[in-house]
Amino acid sequence: MQLFDFNGGVTPDYHKEASTQSPIAVSPAPTFLVIPLHQSIGGTPRPLVSAGDRVLKGQRIGAADGDMSSAIHASTSGHVVAVEMRRMPHPSGLSALCVVIKADGRDEWIARQSFDYRSHTAAETRDYLRDAGVVGLGGAVFPTHLKMSPGKGDKLDTLIINGAECEPFITCDDLLMRERAEAIIQGVVILRDLLAAGRVLVGIEDNKPQAVAAMTAAVQAGGHQDMAVVAVPTRYPAGGAKQLIRVLTGIEVPHGKRSTDYGVQCFNVGTAHAIHEAINLGQPLISRIVTVAGNVAAPRNYEVLLGTSMEALLTQSQPLPDTDRLIMGGPMMGVSLPSKDVPVVKATNCILAGSKKLFPPPPPEMPCIRCGECATACPADLQPFELYWFSRAKIFGKAQEYHLFDCIECGCCSYVCPSHIPLVDYYRFAKSEIWANESEKAAADQAREQYEFRQLREAREAQEKAARLAARTAAGRAAATNALAVASDATSDATPAAAPVAKSATTPATEPAQTPSPQAALIAAALERARAQQVQPANTTNLTPEQQAEIAAIEARRAQIRAQAHPHLPPDD
Amino acid sequence: MNNSPYLRQAASVQSVMLRVLLALLPGIAAYVWFFGAAIVLQIVLASLTALAAEALVLHLRGKPLAIFLTDGSALVTAWLIALSFPPLAPWWLVVLATLIAIIVAKHLYGGLGQNPFNPAMVAFALMIVAYPQFMSRWPGTDAIDFATQWQIIFGLHANQTLDALTMATPLDALRTALHSTNATTVTVASALAHNPAIGLMAGRGWEWVAAGHLVGGLWLVQQRIITWHLPTAFLATLFLLAGLASTINPSEFAGPLFHLFGGGAMLAAFFIVTDPVSAATTPYGKLIFAAGVALLTWIIRSFGAYPDGIAFAVLLMNIAVPLIDMATQPRVFGHKKNGSNHHG
Repeated sequence: MQLFDFNGGVTPDYHKEASTQSPIAVSPAPTFLVIPLHQSIGGTPRPLVSAGDRVLKGQRIGAADGDMSSAIHASTSGHVVAVEMRRMPHPSGLSALCVVIKADGRDEWIARQSFDYRSHTAAETRDYLRDAGVVGLGGAVFPTHLKMSPGKGDKLDTLIINGAECEPFITCDDLLMRERAEAIIQGVVILRDLLAAGRVLVGIEDNKPQAVAAMTAAVQAGGHQDMAVVAVPTRYPAGGAKQLIRVLTGIEVPHGKRSTDYGVQCFNVGTAHAIHEAINLGQPLISRIVTVAGNVAAPRNYEVLLGTSMEALLTQSQPLPDTDRLIMGGPMMGVSLPSKDVPVVKATNCILAGSKKLFPPPPPEMPCIRCGECATACPADLQPFELYWFSRAKIFGKAQEYHLFDCIECGCCSYVCPSHIPLVDYYRFAKSEIWANESEKAAADQAREQYEFRQLREAREAQEKAARLAARTAAGRAAATNALAVASDATSDATPAAAPVAKSATTPATEPAQTPSPQAALIAAALERARAQQVQPANTTNLTPEQQAEIAAIEARRAQIRAQAHPHLPPDD
Repeated sequence: MNNSPYLRQAASVQSVMLRVLLALLPGIAAYVWFFGAAIVLQIVLASLTALAAEALVLHLRGKPLAIFLTDGSALVTAWLIALSFPPLAPWWLVVLATLIAIIVAKHLYGGLGQNPFNPAMVAFALMIVAYPQFMSRWPGTDAIDFATQWQIIFGLHANQTLDALTMATPLDALRTALHSTNATTVTVASALAHNPAIGLMAGRGWEWVAAGHLVGGLWLVQQRIITWHLPTAFLATLFLLAGLASTINPSEFAGPLFHLFGGGAMLAAFFIVTDPVSAATTPYGKLIFAAGVALLTWIIRSFGAYPDGIAFAVLLMNIAVPLIDMATQPRVFGHKKNGSNHHG
């Protein structure tokens, strides 16, 4: 099969051997589980349980908030202790609403029923997957049901299954493919059927020969002529969806476009496995495979119930004494966690213990010498150093013109920079500033429009009121005139008297000389009232405590990014 | 606590600069072999001046000395000045040139990474305009011992015999001959024939210095310190122009090998147009930039008043770099057109 290439990329030490020596271990169910309601891209699910409720394993405890969201389930049976704010696995240490469950140790399932997707409509199957909490398990946690539309012509050319797993240290997909290839392929069959895919390509980096062999065997065992397992060259970030699509098909999906418009769609192997469990076994997403690696004595993969504390999981792999940080994800794109006391969530593919020796602090930042190493390494074909200059100088418009938002934050530029510039930090800073500016602008625009509309409406109402008043006054005057006319009927014609009535009723405002002064005062008072109205943007009032907490967290995060970006600025600039 | 990525390649500005210095060694070795150790003396003078000037300005700007003084960038500038200046020039000429390069061309523009002009070329251009008489003190083919070289450089040598010890470079000799009063009878062939200063391809000895720079430069490409774009575009353009002109009119224009191995062409191709700070950065931009330097160099060499036009050519193209870079932005992944603001 012809493979394509993407530009750039780097080949760091992979450190994958250590955690692949032992099979996946089952992490024991903890006594307390902290299950965040918000574990995917999209809206926060609303809680369906409250303190004191008994829940079963797999029971839905959070309902998807509209279609752009995904449901949340109890990972084991027990009692709900609280529905409260708890710290999230996020670098800012923000808190979010979680369901805290005290396990009863019985691990009692709900009634599990497979879902016959062939006898349901596509919409029903999508709703089922949404309510089963299936999201992308490669780390992006995008709700899977939102990716299930075939696109143009109701069929898809190529379905891509991502088993590349290019980040160093992470091996959860590798072990899953080695041990559960058949289950993955059963999930792939479902995806293929739902997306009406012409062919399926499973892309795996060629540093995982055992996974390639297991997946190939599973495809052959299933007799799937339309599926092929393809070993792709090992080069970070070959597992990025856009890069893998490019390598396997030659298609480049631009930023901000749906890949189905180009005839391809990409799912992670873990996601395919979760789809199999949800549809064929009736088990919603309540656990995932997590690699524990780095500065630990016994690196290994674990099947972990969502909501298990990271500390409990980490302890099983015996972190070394000089461990100074905890990273969720890999060393290229992972996030430093503020505390060990956070739960494993759907996005947790790896917990990486770090030390000064393993991840030494970066040497002092030097000025950019425009050597272009970053441009050579960039898989998005950007000119990272130009984006750096613009971001640093806060010329955000120029940064966008140079395609800042095509940056996937893979970290290749920072990895190769001889001046040790934390380039990705500058892009994160620029992006967050642009987002903040845009939302502020949107809020201001909305407030201004509301204000202008209200002013217009009130002025119009005042005018209408004045017109009615004027009409009544004019009518009274006309009646009097008519009476007078009737009285002097014998001497004059009635017709001229009707004319001023019509005139003053239809155009009172254009004839101020004829308008009595009380009406002018009325209009002035109405306009004054309209001006005096205090205008408040509707979206910042009546917030729930969660929303306020979220806003506070976002502000804290932005402040943190700003604070982190500023020390890099030389003092005299 | 830093953010991702937590892994970094073992690369630094210092290691880049040190490898550039290493790559200059073959050329310097050939220089010493053919023309004596005067060049080493000039390199030492320039280096000491550069470090002192760098330290002074860093101190005035409140920058950390330890990091910036050891980054090697000042040494690269110093070595390039020494290598492009005549080795028998008086000591103060190289010192003054280095001071101008470091203080004016580098730090007044913002220091490392900020200079729009190549500092070594700013210094060369200023000196050749201000002190043309000293900028022509090139050694002849007869070896001079180091003691005499020392005396010449430090002004201890009797001036009347100086002219006998120095001579014009082949480029200069050719230009002078072709532009002399009886220029109608002089051809390139007659000017170069029986000239003791002419070797196999260009100047005797100088062609081996150029070969040394070629070797060092190719090693830099192999080390991925520089990309192939700049040296290839520079040398290819110079080769094509000289080849075309000398084919059309062989009596007026020197051949391509004479141009490539004469003067500072090889040094420029691998060490001067490749200065990342002041050169274009995009792949197409690099080709345009280096081709432009080669074109201007050939024009100045063939029609201008100065024997070698590289410094002026580089400075002129430095001015065009922002425009070149803007116009040659590479296609972004998934986008159709170069520099398009629209997705898709």
